[in-house]
Amino acid sequence: MATVVDAPPIVASDARASSRPHPLRRLLRRPSAAIGLAVIVAFVTIAIFAPFLAPYDPIATNFGAVRKAPSAAHWFGTDEIGRDVLSRVIFGARASLEAGVLSVLISLAVGVPTGLLAGYAGGKVDMLISRVTDALLACPFLILAIALAAFLGPSLANAMIAIGISATPVFIRLTRGTTLAAKSEDYVLAARAIGNSPLRIAVRHVLPNIVPPLLVQATLAIAAAVIAEASLSFLGLGQQPPQPSWGSMLNTAKNYIDNAAWMAIWPGVSIFLLVLSFNLVGDGLRDALDPRHS
Amino acid sequence: MTAYLIRRIATILPTLLFASILIFGLQQLLPGDPAMVLAGEERDPTVIAHLRETLHLDKPFPVRYFYWLRGVLRGDLGESLRMQQPVRTLIAEKLPVTLELACIAIVIALAIGIPAGVVSAVRRGTAWDYGANVVALWGLSTPNFWLGIMLILLFSVTLGLLPASGYVSPFEDLRANLAAMIMPAFVLGNAIAAVLMRHTRSAMLQVLSSDYVRTARAKGVRERDVILKHALRNALIPIITLGALEFGTLLSGAVLTEQVFTIPGFGKLIVDAVFNRDYAVVQGVVLFTATAYILLNLVADILYAVANPRMRIS
Repeated sequence: MATVVDAPPIVASDARASSRPHPLRRLLRRPSAAIGLAVIVAFVTIAIFAPFLAPYDPIATNFGAVRKAPSAAHWFGTDEIGRDVLSRVIFGARASLEAGVLSVLISLAVGVPTGLLAGYAGGKVDMLISRVTDALLACPFLILAIALAAFLGPSLANAMIAIGISATPVFIRLTRGTTLAAKSEDYVLAARAIGNSPLRIAVRHVLPNIVPPLLVQATLAIAAAVIAEASLSFLGLGQQPPQPSWGSMLNTAKNYIDNAAWMAIWPGVSIFLLVLSFNLVGDGLRDALDPRHS
Repeated sequence: MTAYLIRRIATILPTLLFASILIFGLQQLLPGDPAMVLAGEERDPTVIAHLRETLHLDKPFPVRYFYWLRGVLRGDLGESLRMQQPVRTLIAEKLPVTLELACIAIVIALAIGIPAGVVSAVRRGTAWDYGANVVALWGLSTPNFWLGIMLILLFSVTLGLLPASGYVSPFEDLRANLAAMIMPAFVLGNAIAAVLMRHTRSAMLQVLSSDYVRTARAKGVRERDVILKHALRNALIPIITLGALEFGTLLSGAVLTEQVFTIPGFGKLIVDAVFNRDYAVVQGVVLFTATAYILLNLVADILYAVANPRMRIS
């Protein structure tokens, strides 16, 4: 999580930029990124239409069908209290995607303005923000998220806040770095020369030009946040029972691994596929948006 | 070098100070009266009164922080309410287990990550390169607690080769210790191997295109020597720093891995503390981790400066 993507050079005024194909087209030309994007779209569709796609109520227990192996009635089998694993995996996509996207939005909402302020204002403001960012980065991502979730109390919403706060310093550092690079560009000097206010320059001129690296980092951060949510739920600090989440399903499944392995396989495969897809799209976006990588 | 050292140490002091403020500030997140929450479900009035007094809860935040920091600087990280032991003692007890796990994990990560990165760079664009990248992506995308469960299913439940959980001290039975540690260490090393592979590949590609490698080839040095003696030796320098940065990944991973394999280490200490609402232990563990991380980064930077004189000047 602490990995910060390289800031690409500012290409806003670069003539080459106009001759290059649209970034989305460049992204889709990469088979791995296109497959990743398709899998993400599939998971989003599954999460949205979960009530229509799930064959059973994900929290309905059936003590007559406890730990049943996969069959025509229950494709992914049933769990320790007879709940349908497929239905829980389908509804679990909601918790993972919600946590992945919302926690990264929290990081962006806090990290980008703070990074812009640090990079643009410089001086003591920059020094103070940088030291606080360093202090946050010194706490390993998951350990900080666990500590925050522990003090806030266990729930999916608090897990998202904890993950969001823990991921924020990476965005502050990235935004600050790219802002510093953009500040010395001709178009910013020109904007300053014609009398634009610092706030207007930061928001209207600098921000749009630092979007590409932020987009790449955000995509990779969603992958990390999905794993972090699953980890917190696995530890009992995220989604609370009986609501389904892939992490909490794995926590229960590990106790039945010797006689109901199917309980552990599908939630894990789902986390892996979703995280892999975000990583593939993140890598593809970096290549598509950064001329040095293409 | 001395000036560089002084400059570098000067930068970590404010970082440590801010980290301690943030970690102490976690207490402010507790809903309601902290003494009531910290006292646990029993709400023993004696414990509550003791907490109010020892934590100076009647004083404002800066004063409480000052008292806490003064204790920390004397090596007092507080006391575990649940275990009635100093947090420092608990950390000292659990840390060796996690350090052993981390050391084996690092060895596994190096054994996989560096050769895979070298092969991937040397055979760029071939099936080897493609395969190594797939393995790296697999490592980065697999949740380690799931990988742990799957390994238990394969090696413990199905093949019956390794114990599914538990810990034996190496001083009691080295063989049993290694049998218990190999799966969790592999799980922990897997993600780091992926990161190492990617970094080694990119460092090797950069070094392989440099003039001195071209010169070595032009002189007729064997390709094997060019790669191992000229290229890899230089490519390894940035990987030293990476080792320190991955310390955070190791500790985060240990929290989950120790939970899956029921290993009584540092990670399990923090998880148990969370569920026992033993907040002094949570704060103590996070502070210890952050300090260790900052100091390891300092050591890595110094090593890097020793290996690369240009760093000292800049």
